[in-house]
Amino acid sequence: MAKPDCGSVTLPDYQQERIGSQIAEGETIKSARPHALTDAIFNYCPGCTHGIVNRLVAECIDELGIEGKTVGIAPVGCSVMMYDFMNCDMIEAAHGRAPAVATGVKRVHPDNVVFAYQGDGDLASIGTAETVHAATRGEKITVIFINNAIYGMTGGQMAPTSLPNQVTQTSPYGRDVSKVGYPVRIAEMVSTLDGVAYVERVTCDSRKHIMQAKKAIKKAFQNQIDGIGYSLVEVVSTCPTNWGMTPLDAFQWLRDNMLPYYPLGVYKDVVADGFANAAEAALDRAKDCPIAQQKKEA
Amino acid sequence: MKGNEVLAEAAMRAGCRFFFGYPITPQTELAAYMAKKLPLIGGTFLQAESEIAAINMVYGAAAAGARVMTSSSSPGVSLKGEGVSYMAGADCPGVIVNVERGGPGLGGIQPSQSDYFQATRALGHGDFYMPVLAPSTVQEMADLIYDAFDLADEYRTPTMILADGMIGQMMEPVLLPPERDLDSLPNKPWATSGHAGKREHNVINSLYLSPEKLEQTNFERFERYAEIQEKHQRQELMECDDADIVVVAFGAASRIARTAVRDARAKGIKAGLLRPITLWPFPTKAIEQVIASGASKFLSVELNMGQMVQDVRLAVNGRASVDFFGRTGGVLPTPEEVLAAIEAVAAGESVCQSAEPGAVGSLLPHPQHRKSSYERGE
Amino acid sequence: MARIIVDDVHCKGCGLCVAACPKGVLALDQERITPKGYHPAKMVKEGCIACSSCYFTCPDVAITVVK
Repeated sequence: MAKPDCGSVTLPDYQQERIGSQIAEGETIKSARPHALTDAIFNYCPGCTHGIVNRLVAECIDELGIEGKTVGIAPVGCSVMMYDFMNCDMIEAAHGRAPAVATGVKRVHPDNVVFAYQGDGDLASIGTAETVHAATRGEKITVIFINNAIYGMTGGQMAPTSLPNQVTQTSPYGRDVSKVGYPVRIAEMVSTLDGVAYVERVTCDSRKHIMQAKKAIKKAFQNQIDGIGYSLVEVVSTCPTNWGMTPLDAFQWLRDNMLPYYPLGVYKDVVADGFANAAEAALDRAKDCPIAQQKKEA
Repeated sequence: MKGNEVLAEAAMRAGCRFFFGYPITPQTELAAYMAKKLPLIGGTFLQAESEIAAINMVYGAAAAGARVMTSSSSPGVSLKGEGVSYMAGADCPGVIVNVERGGPGLGGIQPSQSDYFQATRALGHGDFYMPVLAPSTVQEMADLIYDAFDLADEYRTPTMILADGMIGQMMEPVLLPPERDLDSLPNKPWATSGHAGKREHNVINSLYLSPEKLEQTNFERFERYAEIQEKHQRQELMECDDADIVVVAFGAASRIARTAVRDARAKGIKAGLLRPITLWPFPTKAIEQVIASGASKFLSVELNMGQMVQDVRLAVNGRASVDFFGRTGGVLPTPEEVLAAIEAVAAGESVCQSAEPGAVGSLLPHPQHRKSSYERGE
Repeated sequence: MARIIVDDVHCKGCGLCVAACPKGVLALDQERITPKGYHPAKMVKEGCIACSSCYFTCPDVAITVVK
């Protein structure tokens, strides 16, 4: 069977028979599964935005041509099985430790492109220390942070990012901020750290926002390739199953409640601020501190 | 050079170029030496934000194919348990050094062997073991770390050096091992370092949602453990050929026991010393050998409340008496105290409150053996 | 003529593509179930403009867009 004319977009091998056979001669493929995804079926619930972001990561890897040198770190949480979904080398980390594992890989192979993909429980609760310190060390890694304000994998418990008064399995009367405190705004917090080159908060409730998310993720990878510093993209996401909503209603709830608490936008971009990299920006910020200005001998 | 520094130098000579750690006494000199020397030979020393982060960096670097290590002391090693379990579950080689101090809790900073159980049984959740090597001299700090990296790589397992504050701080003459040619280190085709379009993607993982698959993976790993047990038991035997009473002691305790055994021989007691070098695998073959050559009494001497004695009992399996003498909390027994214990055992007395097999809580020494000779006013 | 091909192996019938289609040409196929037990998406009328909005919103990367 001759492969159909696919233009610049091609089907992955595993879809040649299943999908390719349905494509007529003369038809051109406009959009297809990226090569960096395997044929494994996502273990995410129907309508879960994890799948969208997994695909965006894979597309960025394809477009940057870096699959062969990328090492991804999967977290503990709903995306724990991401090592099955990606065609690049993958490591499964302990809960919250992805930035430490990424650090280990990146220090051994500085030319690898290393990314950590983490949810809110993983990154903003049990792994807060690893997150903050990898960022402040300026590890040249890319972190994709899925914030859906709930622990999905374990069945819908309160997350560090659950909103005030949000009902979850472990906040059945609503998150009582007088007792359990307030949500963590990761993009804002991480952007204060000197090792950080780029932080943006995006979402994926619409085509426009998905395109914006992809641009941010690609930039976060490009920054790593260019050695600019640590980059983090927070993706405000949904959990239709544990929020108890249809996927579409979940998007509406996200727009009504999540986005006002977690405003979209760029929180730090040292290049846009006129610096070559995070180190230069940090030096400038400490310009009144003599010891911080001392030149290191090579 | 102190024992800790010797270990660090030998690790680099073994090809270790990556060290991730967190400050803790009494392993301080080891990390300080690494911090100074590793950057000079193109290596990486990184002080992590926590022991947990450090061991997970080790996991990442090991997954990426590097020879990598971390070092800590007892409370810090507890924190590393998570990462060590993941390394075992994902078959990642790496070396963990524990320069033990007294416990439990924050304990003390004096030498101790109270992490024997933790090292040989329970350094993390799940069904796994790892090789544990116990140096008793500064020379062995060098030799065993060298071997530990090879063992780790050969069997794709985390491997531990279980030392103590005494050997870590001690200075002795030492012959350093030769520099390994980095090109001679084993290939790691399983490592996650980018597939470069030349192979399927590698995955380093310890998650198996299918019980059958997890069981099968554990079976395969235990076949490797069986091979380690078969091929890599190590010990030193001194005066054991005709020994009636065999003192079993490792690390710092064996240095004291060695003197006591010589003193016992001088007094006409047929004593010998069995010094395990590998704590896991425990040298069961050596126990068989000394039983076969006539030993009828064993005395385990440890710097804890009686941990290795359980392995001695398992190996002896009722064929000889097994007694225990230990000091803990960082207290070191004098050779005279150990000699007194040997004499008591030789005379058919017990030196702990109950020498019944399995009597864990009753390994408390008899009151006359609880105080040092100084405290007894001798 | 532009159209989409849905990979039944991946589609979970979440309906996000149906809502995302600016031309309203998609629906869940109530006549069929996938091997995983979902009603997959399908084109129910002509008018696809190959804009790929369905592809972009599909959380299971089940859609191939052809023209």
